[in-house]
Order: sequence, then C-alpha cells, then structure tokens
Amino acid sequence: MAADMITALTDSTFDEEIASSEQPLLVDFWAEWCGPCRLVAPVLEQIAREHEGALRVAKVDVDANQEVARRFDVLSIPTLILFKDGAPQLRIVGAKGKAQLLEELQAFL
Amino acid sequence: MSQTVHPGDGAGAPPVRDVIIIGSGPAGLTAAIYTARANLHPLVIEGAPSSTSDQPGGQLMLTTDVENYPGFVDGIQGPELMANFRAQAARFGAELLTDKATRVDLSAAPFGVWVGKTEYRSRALIVSTGARSLLLGLDSERRLLGYGVSTCATCDGFFFRGQEIAVVGGGDSALEEAIFLTKFADKVTVIHRRKELRASKIMQDRAFRNDKIAFRWDSVVTEVLGEGLVEGVRLRDTVTGEESELAVKGLFVAIGHAPNTALFAGQLDTDDAGYLRTEPGSTRTDVAGVFACGDVQDHLYRQAVTAAGSGCMAAIDAERWLESQPEAAAHLAGTPRNW
Repeated sequence: MAADMITALTDSTFDEEIASSEQPLLVDFWAEWCGPCRLVAPVLEQIAREHEGALRVAKVDVDANQEVARRFDVLSIPTLILFKDGAPQLRIVGAKGKAQLLEELQAFL
Repeated sequence: MSQTVHPGDGAGAPPVRDVIIIGSGPAGLTAAIYTARANLHPLVIEGAPSSTSDQPGGQLMLTTDVENYPGFVDGIQGPELMANFRAQAARFGAELLTDKATRVDLSAAPFGVWVGKTEYRSRALIVSTGARSLLLGLDSERRLLGYGVSTCATCDGFFFRGQEIAVVGGGDSALEEAIFLTKFADKVTVIHRRKELRASKIMQDRAFRNDKIAFRWDSVVTEVLGEGLVEGVRLRDTVTGEESELAVKGLFVAIGHAPNTALFAGQLDTDDAGYLRTEPGSTRTDVAGVFACGDVQDHLYRQAVTAAGSGCMAAIDAERWLESQPEAAAHLAGTPRNW
C-alpha cells in the first residue's frame, strides 16, 4: 500500500500548514480511545488517495494537541474541519460513511 | 478463501449467495465466524461509520473497558474486542462490506438485500442489526449534538475536564457513563425521570458512593440551553410540574436503545416492544430462511456474550435450514462441516 497520505499536525505545526496549503485541507480531530474515530480513519485514507491533487487530508490527535482542539471549539470527536485559504469553511461532527462524507465535501472537491 | 462478489450491474441478476449477514456487532460477527467455517461464504454488511451505536462493531465501539466478557481476566477495550471479532471472521473467509443495507425484499426466494443501488441475493439471511442509542427527540438536542450534547461518553468526556455536566438516564449505561465521566468532570448530575434507577445493584452502589455524582430525581429535560455551545438544560419535575434550570457544559444522553428493525418493517414480525420475534429457543423468524440474533431480537439480556451466543445459534440454524432445502442439498452435499 502507498505511504500514509494523511499528515499528522501538532499544536506547533498546525497554523503554518493551514496557511501554506494550496488545496483545501480537511483536518480530522481524533484520539486513540475514540471508537468511531477508528472507523473514519480508513475512509479518510481512501478519500485522500482518490482526490489527491484536489484535497489534502491531515489529522490532529486531540490528546496530545489540546491547544488546537480548544481553539476550534472541538467538543466531540471525530470532528472534521475543512480549511480553505487559511480559514475554516465546513465542519462535520460525528463519524460518517464515505458516501455521506463525499456528499458534504462536494463543493470543495 | 472468500468467494468473489460480482454485484448486479443491471445487465443480469447478481449471483445468489448462501448467506448474507446484516450487522456486525458480536452477534453478526459470531454468525460470520461460524458460517465462514461451514464454507457458506458469508457476506457481512457491516453498517456505515457513525458516532452512535448504529455502526460497524455495534454498541461496544462506544465503550472503554469491557470487564464482563468471559475469557478476559483483566477486561478488554470495546473497540479492541470488536476488532478481534472482525479479524477472526475475516480469517475464515467472511466477506466484510463496510456499508449500510438500505432495503431488503423477503417476499420471494432468494432474498434481495440492497446497499444503495447495488443488489445482493442470498438463500438465507441472518439479521443482527442490533439496537441504536435513543435521543431525547428535542430540536435543541439535535442542534447542539457535537457541541456539548453527546451520545458517546468515551469519545467526548475528555473535552469536559473540570466542568459540570449531566447524564440523562437511569439504567446501567447511564451510570457507567456517569462514573466514567467523573474521571474528567468536576461534577456529574444524573437526571432521571423516576425516583428509582433501573440499573443493576452493583452499578447503583458505585454511583451512590461516588462523590462527584449528584442525582436529580423525577426530572425530564425539556430543552437544551445554549447558542453555539451547551450552557445548561431546562428540567421539568414529573411530579410537581415545576420547571428549573441546571447549568452544565455537557449533556450525555443515555436513555436506552431501540432495536434497528426499520429495514424489515412489514416483512418480519416484531413483538410489542418492536424487537424482531423469533421462535423460542431458536433464531428463526416468521420468514423461512431468515434468522435474527443479538439485540435486535433480545431485550431481556442484551449482553455481548448473549449476542455472540445467539449469533452462533443463527449460523447453525441457517446452515441446517440450507441443508434441508431441496435445491441447496446438492450444492452443499459433501461439503465438510467443520464448525
């Protein structure tokens, strides 16, 4: 399988990554102990692979990066926030299947 | 070794499988292990990811420590246990489809099961769709789901460190969640509509002894308060009718579960509580060739181990039924049965 397409962001690398991304960047806020997060991870891998060039996917482990999670009012995981031109454009709370995710991301793909 | 699936593309009917299993909690995956080992090449339609209990892996995906599943002396994490079930089913050749069944047709043989536009057909069907977490049904609850309202204490408790929060419910799940949440929250108020909890004695004792847990009896939530985030709840006393407000930053809804039977409405018999009806002592439903196991047909026990047990029963019931079918007999004859 190809190398992991999803970049892991941290409290210190987050802002720069968001500002410098040319494509829309979908950030997955997750944690090890969150069951539904585990289900979403492979779906996001697929989406990252299938839409390479049009969309980038990154992840933030909220356990280790509470500052970023707090800044964006993440109160439930998984939460996906789509950033475009450095600003949050779309927020998806709760685990969803691939079809539903793609439908919600349609405008940004 | 699993059979390749060529779902119908409109040009011709899809191939007929021996068995399809809908649902992938302990019941469905145990049925998958047993039917796979019986060389019945099961297709498991696992469900779609979600943050409620209606997801691949079922209700245990929303728990942390499972201490009462036999065989695990020190307990095991719910998601880890379900990952084991799944890997075991895959090992014996069960085919796993991480998507949701959208329609079934049980009116003729073979049965039809649709996942969106894709149709699958099988001679036997095992229904193990389980039960989903109930919500209160308030508009304010739906609006603030994910913004302070949650149905997954293990996923979201983390975000309420040092806060005051509430749990609605009176059963084992509600108390388990409340106790778990005291790891993070400063105070957890359990809101229950009656004077007495229906949880097991051991859970009640633990909750009563926990200093961080308070109780609001005879109370129901009439509204969740807050603009962008939860600020509190409005309560109504079920005895006096008096209204009050409780300031909380989080609300965890743990009021019980409802069996996932919508897919089978009008096609399978249900009991008064909405659970699928099965013949006592078996998993047979009122449609020959359709078997139900796990929480979708059980509202008495509802444990992972009883669900797994009934999944095994469903596999054996299905296999015996398939062998008894005239046209199937030739197809299955001579196939070694190695449970």
